[in-house]
Amino acid sequence: MCLAIPGKIVKLDPGNPQLAVVDVVGVRRKVDLGLLQDEVLKPDDWVLIHVGFAMSKISEADAADQMRTLAVLGESEAAMQEARGYGLENESNREWGEVT
Amino acid sequence: MRYVDEFRAPQLISRAGVEIRRLADHHYRIMEVCGGHTHAIYRFGLKDLLPENVELIHGPGCPVCVLPMGRIDDGLSLTAQPEFTFAAFGDMMRVPGTHGSPLEYKARGMDVRIVYSPADALKLARMNPEKHVVFFAIGFETTAPSTALTILRAKSEGLQNFTVFCNHVTIIPAIRAILDSPDMRLDGFVGPGHVSTVIGCRPYEWIAKDEGKPVVVSGFEPLDILQSIVMLLRQLRNGEAKVENQYKRVVPWEGNRAALRAIAEVFELRSYFEWRGLGFISQSALKIRKAYADWDAEQRFSVPGVRVTDPKAAQCGEVLKGVLKPSQCKLFGCECTPEQPVGALMVSSEGSCAAYYNYQHQKPVSISSAPVL
Repeated sequence: MCLAIPGKIVKLDPGNPQLAVVDVVGVRRKVDLGLLQDEVLKPDDWVLIHVGFAMSKISEADAADQMRTLAVLGESEAAMQEARGYGLENESNREWGEVT
Repeated sequence: MRYVDEFRAPQLISRAGVEIRRLADHHYRIMEVCGGHTHAIYRFGLKDLLPENVELIHGPGCPVCVLPMGRIDDGLSLTAQPEFTFAAFGDMMRVPGTHGSPLEYKARGMDVRIVYSPADALKLARMNPEKHVVFFAIGFETTAPSTALTILRAKSEGLQNFTVFCNHVTIIPAIRAILDSPDMRLDGFVGPGHVSTVIGCRPYEWIAKDEGKPVVVSGFEPLDILQSIVMLLRQLRNGEAKVENQYKRVVPWEGNRAALRAIAEVFELRSYFEWRGLGFISQSALKIRKAYADWDAEQRFSVPGVRVTDPKAAQCGEVLKGVLKPSQCKLFGCECTPEQPVGALMVSSEGSCAAYYNYQHQKPVSISSAPVL
């Protein structure tokens, strides 16, 4: 519940500045940047993500530190599962249609 | 990356342990508010590094644990209508309601979905216009802004087949209720890390100024928690009471203003809300404002408003307030286990009972050999 997962902004959505493709523990996901609208964000910036929303801008060193915190706490797998789940990628059920 | 290496260093951890022993001249009772801290404390056996006169009391900061069963029943009651989809975080799925957990409802054929983000519940609604998706929202101020933004997005898209069943709670009134409790004596608080990224450190200042008790907002690694205890003990030894931030690498003093604006736009305080184990606490939870009533399951649909008292033998309340240790509850480890939980403290890995159960029989993870990504 309290997971905060670091991610690196890959590209901002040109059509919607509050969305970005973010590399989260090795998978690329659309992440909502709406809670960081007071910050100036650009590709290669690092953010801390909670339930699919970026909640703070952090440094690269802090991101590495946070990754290690997750590993130390035994939560790396849960973080990866959560990151993979963003965008309903786990919901492969056809009744929900094609998910991108 | 020297900074990171330093943070891992076992020598620093043992040095913090020595410093805690040096500073602990009295019996001190310190509450770690956040369930994430409770989990880390058990996982690493940090209690073994502390002298007997520094006692850690586990606080109410596990959103799954404090949610009363009646709210789960109310949320699940909506699944009786076949066009309804119940979407919730994975943490909620095994939490028992009167007639079963969300997972058991799913097994009985109800449409129950795990989502990892409220935005994904919205996506389900967008992709399935014939369905009505109810997002069962739980969490403290860490999670509430994401729910708020999701409701704002639903409104801007004019999406009518999406609502939120809101159970968001706020941490400060819970701390106040604990401090007001006559059977509770506390000397200081390890403040929650990720809640504070949103609310910042100022909301804790009354605890220092009015109650005379120090607060140190803390990170989640063993060394973070031990350093926070050192900072608390230093204040207590010097007769000080102030708010300090040990988790500066993530928590800004002023919090996240955009997130606070989103909360204020969409939510208002409920006059009271029931917390499992703590009872009714005034102004301790959020409800959706009338302007967003179309996206509020409670305003749009009829929910029974169930109130369920916890099983008498379960002593979740006493454990939640730190009056009893998990193992002192009559049901602990026999009738109530992580496989068959009676109380919610046994369900979530952040609940003190589950953490105690999972780690008490095994050697805590060695701090120096913890895995590195």
